[in-house]
Order: sequence, then structure tokens, then C-alpha cells
Amino acid sequence: MGRQRWHLLTGRDKLVLAVMVGIPLAIDIALVWGSLVVDFLWSFTDWQGSGDMTGGGLGHRFVGLMNYTQLFDGTYPFFWSAVVHNLFWLGFLMFVATPLGILLAVILDGQLKGMAFYRTVFYLPVVLSLALIGIIWQLQYAPDWNRGFINGVLHFAGYDVPGIKDLPLVGQWFRDVSKTDWVGGDLAIIPTVIAASWRHVGYICILYLAGLKSFDPVLREAAAIDGANARQTFFRVVFPVMKPINIVIIVITMIEALRAFDLVYITNYGRSPMELLSTLITNNAISESTRIGFGSAIAVVLAVVSLVPIVGFLIATMREEKQ
Amino acid sequence: MSVAGTAAPRPAMKPKRRRIKPRRVALYAFLITLTFVWLVPLFVAVYEAVRTNADVTKNGIFSLPQSFTLDNFIKAWGQTTPTFPQGYFNTLVVTIPAVIIVLLVGSMVAYAISKYSWRLNLVVLMLFTAGNLLPQQAIILPMFRFFLTPLFHIPEPLSDNGLLYDQYLGIIFTHVLFQMGFVIFVLSNYMKTLGNEVIEAALMDGAGVLRIWGAIVMPLCKPAVAAMAALEFTFIYNDFFWGLLLMKTQDRRPITAALNTINGQYYTDYNLLAAAALLAAVPTILVFLALQRYFVSGLSLGSTKG
Repeated sequence: MGRQRWHLLTGRDKLVLAVMVGIPLAIDIALVWGSLVVDFLWSFTDWQGSGDMTGGGLGHRFVGLMNYTQLFDGTYPFFWSAVVHNLFWLGFLMFVATPLGILLAVILDGQLKGMAFYRTVFYLPVVLSLALIGIIWQLQYAPDWNRGFINGVLHFAGYDVPGIKDLPLVGQWFRDVSKTDWVGGDLAIIPTVIAASWRHVGYICILYLAGLKSFDPVLREAAAIDGANARQTFFRVVFPVMKPINIVIIVITMIEALRAFDLVYITNYGRSPMELLSTLITNNAISESTRIGFGSAIAVVLAVVSLVPIVGFLIATMREEKQ
Repeated sequence: MSVAGTAAPRPAMKPKRRRIKPRRVALYAFLITLTFVWLVPLFVAVYEAVRTNADVTKNGIFSLPQSFTLDNFIKAWGQTTPTFPQGYFNTLVVTIPAVIIVLLVGSMVAYAISKYSWRLNLVVLMLFTAGNLLPQQAIILPMFRFFLTPLFHIPEPLSDNGLLYDQYLGIIFTHVLFQMGFVIFVLSNYMKTLGNEVIEAALMDGAGVLRIWGAIVMPLCKPAVAAMAALEFTFIYNDFFWGLLLMKTQDRRPITAALNTINGQYYTDYNLLAAAALLAAVPTILVFLALQRYFVSGLSLGSTKG
């Protein structure tokens, strides 16, 4: 059928189509995929850049695998801690935020009163930028009792709530915990990923709900007739049929974990103890120093890791295409 | 529950309808608790923004208000770098052209690869989609360098330094480049579901491919294009990364990147920060509340293929 249409085209039509696809494609390949090649080449040099990054791009001293060695053998300590942070980010989204989003989608797919309201509430953070979410959560996490909302509540409980403040251990516990600097300590990545989840849950909920809406109700009825309860119906009937959207959600969760940047950057410029691979790239090569060869090596690592979910997604899409 | 709304209740049905199912109660309790938890951060931001710094410093944020003021909004509006009017302008001058261009270019590519068969269709789609999924930080260094390279001089109204770096044009260009993959992916899936008969008939009548795109395909794609417009507006409005790194002049940075500057400037004044965050949030929240359906269907199109 497509062939037939192709034969209806005049030479001019073919030229127009070639330009329509060709120009954006050429720019996309040159800048996105070309950038990866350039990253790769730079990563074998010790190019320090010059103040404003002008000057030649290639032809700097070739240092072989030195940048990679420094990353992997621990000479540069922030690399492995960033890897751990990215993995934690991924794990938290994958095993806490994403399942919560799916659960919400399943609940909101039913018949409940006030559904539109619940949906609006959970979807709202999805439209907010992560930089803004960083500031909003800064207000919750601030260390001083009078400034941070969380510490304010704990402080109130420990000093002002009669039932709690007089309990020997509990009252003291509240008073102590109310002094925590949530995003200043070594474990700052935990509260930060919770802030990210505030948005991620709604995002997954929207996507999954879309999948559930396209789910054939006949299957659900059949399961009900067979006597399956809600949980059995979901895990044995709905979830398996939803395989394509499950893949989309896993891919999105992985990409979000690798892309995480804005939230930690606005909180502490992505420095320790919140470094992520993404912030190491910019901090090493743009913001704080101009070790471009070294930054490129980190970029190559990030790109290679990212290609895992991307390729997985493409294979899944292609399979669907063939069906 | 489904009996509600049918004929007048018969006495025999009454006890059944009144029975409260514990499962349902638990479900509502869970939802209401979670809704509450979800709203707290926003309420805190509003509560902080409408109180004076002195009040919150003395009484704590978790206390009954001793003050009410709109000064934080007024101060955030005019005294930050950039000021809010300037920040909104910076964002809109980037977002509006970027959304329009990405929809035009994206729909053309989607149309060409979904409606005319050539061997490379799938490869083209994959290249665009994968490029869209790559973390932007992985390619920022070469992009940064490219933006600083005077390959050709960009004339005055578009760029005042001849480069893409530190220019609205550069940010627009970057957004188009990175959002294109998503738009192409979604629109090409949508276009595949449209029938081909009209296109074939138009071709036989001698209509050109560009004319068919504008007069036949785009009108049929209106729902998908509207959804993409709402979604892309939010995506581009919310960009922080490119606006921060590719725009050096603070007064030209979009509103989200400006928040970073304001955060550095007023890191001790939480009341002002809260007001600034809310001011920055207002446009996307309005778009969301007005166009929620489009926004949601846009995201759904991306994940379920129409």
C-alpha cells in the first residue's frame, strides 16, 4: 500500500519529503549523536579547556585511558559515590515511587467519589519543574525548627504536645530529631529522592491509567466470573496484558534516574553529598572547573549506561511494530 | 453501588445499600491520607509566602499566623535577578517559538515517515526517539562548545554576539532539537492510525505532499497536536538545565533557571523564596488546570500509542 503511494509521488514531492526529513535528521545526527562521538574522543585527552571553552576542540594531549582509570580506581572519589546515588535514586523510584504510582492508577481507575479531585491533586506536581520542586521541598526540609516544616512539626510535638513531650524517651526523640539537617547530612540523597517522587508518582499514575483505560473490560469481567478477587485480577490478568506499558514505565523510571539533575542542582549545586553523574559532568567541565577531557569521560559512562534502557525500549517498540 | 440511579429503591434493597464495606472505607482513608500528604508541600509554600519573615522566625512555620502580607510577592516580583516580568518574558520568548517550531517540524517528519514508505523509516524514528531519551548532561559538553563556536556569524536581531551561546535563539534551537524526538514518536504513531485513502485520492488528484500535510493530515491530527502543544509548553517552560548552562546573562535566563539565582540571592529569606516559587509555578498550574485533559492525553499518547 505504501509502495503504491510512493509511485504516485512526483519528483518534486520526493524532494520535498527528503528535505522534510533530511534537514532535521542531519541536525539531530550531527548534534546529538555527533556530540556522543566528540565526548568519546575528548575523553581520551587531558584537555583543560580555557576559561570560556574557546580554542581548539581536538588535538589535545592524548592520555589514553587515564581519565577512565582515575574514575574507576577511586582516585576521584566522587565518581563511585555518584554511582551509588544514581543507583539509590533508581532503586527508590523503581521500588517505591513507581509501584505507588501504579497502585494509585489502579485505585483511580475504579468508581470512586471525587475522582477528578484526587487526579488533579496527584497530577499537579507533574507540571511543576523539578527546580521549583527543589525550592518547595527546601521549605519542608530546612534545618531550623522555625523554618523547616518537618522540623517544625517535630519540634511542636516534642515541646508542646502534652501527651508526647512528657514521655521520657519519645519526647526527647522528637526534640532531637527536630534538629536534623535533612538535606545537609551524608544521607541527603534520601530526602531529595523523596521530593523527586512527589512528581514521579503522579507521572507514572497518568501513564498507567492511560494503559488501564485501553484495557479490554471483557477480560476483567471474565476474571470476575471465574471468581477472581481484585488482587488476583490485577496480578494475573491486567498486569500481564499491560506488558507494553510496563516496559514504557520501567524505561521512563530508569531514564528519570539517570537524568536527575535539576533537583540536586538547585539544592546544593550537585556537590557532595548529593553528587550524581549528571552534576559531576557539568561541575567538572563547565561550572567549577574546565577539565573537559575528564568531564567527557563521565559523560561517556552516563551515555553508555543510558543506552541500556534506551535500546531496551527501542527493541520493545520494534517488536510491537512488527506485530 | 452500581444500583444507584436506577428505579426507586425497594425496601428489600435498603439494608444492602446502607452496608458500609470496610474495604471501601480503607480505600478512601488511603486516598484521603495520600491526598493530604501530597498537598502539604504546596500549602506550606503558600502559608510561608503570605506571612512575614519576622512572624515565621519568631513563631515557626508550624504555628497559627500572626501576620498576613503580600509583600513577599511584591518583593519577589520586582527585586529579584531577573525580575519576574523579565523572567516571564525570557521564558515566553523561548517557549512560544520553540513549541510552534517543534510542532511544525515534528509533524512534518512524522507525516513523511508514517505516510510514505521507505526503507529507513524505522531507523529514522529510532534515531530521533533515542536522541530524545538520552540524558541531556551526556552531551552538554560538545553542545556547549558548539554554541561557542563561530561557525557562521548569526546576524543582529537573532543574536547580539553572533553566536548561539547566551542567546534566546540558542535555547529555542536546543529545545526544538531535543523535543523533536518525542513529538515525532507520538505524532507518527497517531498518524499511522489514520486511513490512507484520502491521501491517495489527493495524490491522484495531483496535490503535492506539503499541501496534503497542511490540508488533510494536520486537521485530522488536531487532538494529538493540541495535546502535544499543552505538553510541550509545560516541558519547555519547565526547562532548567539548558537555560542555566547555555544562557550566561542572568537577566536573560528563563524563570526556572532564574529561581536558581534567586535561591542564591535570598537563601535566608524563605518567605520570599516561597513567593518566588509560587509565582514561577502559576503559569504551568493555570495551563494544567485549563488543559488538564490535553495534558493527560498527551502523556497517554506517548505511552500507549493512540
